[in-house]
Amino acid sequence: MHYHGKVKVCFKKSVLEPQGKAVELQLKETRHTGISEIRVGKWIDVKMEAGNDNEARQKLQKLADEILYNPVMETCEIEVERI
Amino acid sequence: MSVSNLKAGILYFPGTNCETDLVNTLNQRYGMRTELLWHTESFPVDHDIYFVPGGFSYGDYLRSGALAARSASIRSLKEAANKNIMIVGICNGFQILTEAGLLPGALIRNENLKHICKWVDLQADGSWAKRIHQPFQWPISHSEGNFTASSEEIKKLKDEDRIIFRYPENVNGSTENIAGITDSSGRIIGLMPHPERALNETKDYSYTKNSSGDYFFKNLFQMI
Repeated sequence: MHYHGKVKVCFKKSVLEPQGKAVELQLKETRHTGISEIRVGKWIDVKMEAGNDNEARQKLQKLADEILYNPVMETCEIEVERI
Repeated sequence: MSVSNLKAGILYFPGTNCETDLVNTLNQRYGMRTELLWHTESFPVDHDIYFVPGGFSYGDYLRSGALAARSASIRSLKEAANKNIMIVGICNGFQILTEAGLLPGALIRNENLKHICKWVDLQADGSWAKRIHQPFQWPISHSEGNFTASSEEIKKLKDEDRIIFRYPENVNGSTENIAGITDSSGRIIGLMPHPERALNETKDYSYTKNSSGDYFFKNLFQMI
């Protein structure tokens, strides 16, 4: 079966995320109000083959753990969707 | 053993750009034999020391050093680590060694978001503080040199005297001003500054300000 894997990678809250800070600063300079704690992350799309939802999820988690995110500085959330 | 009897393996990847500096340094200045090791191939672990040079391996895609750290040559480098052979990662090489799990922590974007390319003051600690007048200057050139690690890992690095180089003035936001560390054996070294670019005193200070990098290489050779 075909699956669409989605991986969301963000910096940990404890890690300074300078890109988000820069975006926030720029937005404030351009008079956008009521905005705070902007954090820039990554979104990774994967097309996958798997026997069922559980297998697809395990396969994607393995991929994420092995390369897609670095647990020292990032957090990761995965989702799989049958297509 | 004389340096001329030693052989260095220098790993390089698409986007590495400091390998020639290291070959010239090791080969021409110190007379050490060198072999360049391309990322697609595993290699026999028969070198006396390994270097992972600076640059932008794989264009820094995904994370600096992340893709290089999963290559065939790094699998061989891990064998070398198991055999207690010295490994030195400079700049992007340091990032690759952390991504490969050979050194702790990670290197994230500089606090000021800028690529910093300049000569900086450095302070060496522990056994690395011998035979060098402090502070000394080496060049840095990086966007992601801001060292971070869990508080437990930082404590361990401090307690075990594994922080070997610091910036007296924190240039990039690194935790504890860290510029260079070792693994628990002291045989795997990672540093963001470039000692291979501090080897010749010339009148043009913008290029080669001093030769204090010599101390780094001589210390390394003694440790082999």
